[in-house]
Amino acid sequence: MADKMSIILFSGTVDKLMAAATLATGGAAMGQDVDIFLTFWGLNAFRKDQVRTNMKFSADFAEFAEPAMQAMQAKNVPHWMDVLRSATEIGNVHVKACGMTLELFGWTKDDLDDIVEDVIGVGSFVEEAKDARINLFI
Amino acid sequence: MSETTTLTVDKSIDARGSFCPGPLLELIRGVKSVEVDQTLEVLSSDPGSNKDIPIWVTKAKHELVAIVQEEGYNRFVIRKTH
Repeated sequence: MADKMSIILFSGTVDKLMAAATLATGGAAMGQDVDIFLTFWGLNAFRKDQVRTNMKFSADFAEFAEPAMQAMQAKNVPHWMDVLRSATEIGNVHVKACGMTLELFGWTKDDLDDIVEDVIGVGSFVEEAKDARINLFI
Repeated sequence: MSETTTLTVDKSIDARGSFCPGPLLELIRGVKSVEVDQTLEVLSSDPGSNKDIPIWVTKAKHELVAIVQEEGYNRFVIRKTH
């Protein structure tokens, strides 16, 4: 059994999405299976109409939002979704959506980017994540 | 050109200016694209690569032939062993 890394992605701001995508890619690069469970704002960020338009930044560091976005653009930092796609190309990365969040906001799986492969509940996530040695809540 | 300053590689990947995990991704793709026993080099200006690339090469059981320090970047030379 491969080592496993599991990420609960709750946040939907670009800075944290970047962090999650980068960590997932690092996990995939180092041969870890990576499970990503999208819930709340993390799931919102994976809606098709949100992926490329969402420019939200952590409110705690609002003063950095503008310069950080400009720096990322100027230095050609790839979009977080492109980083995550790279992770799926080199490794065993699975992205799943929280059914409860979908239900709550009235979204369906069709509203989500096709990188999301399944809709699950928290029980299945825990079952999948229980063997992971690296567990992150972002 | 003398042998001491030049390493011949089968493939060269310029990942300078690319941010973590970009150079590592480029390396992994590069290794997939060459034949066993061929060598490739990755140029990286990302300081994280100095640790990440050797660790990946060890874990993936390839061979790190050389790390050459250049002006503002490093040149990592890897031989695909399997």
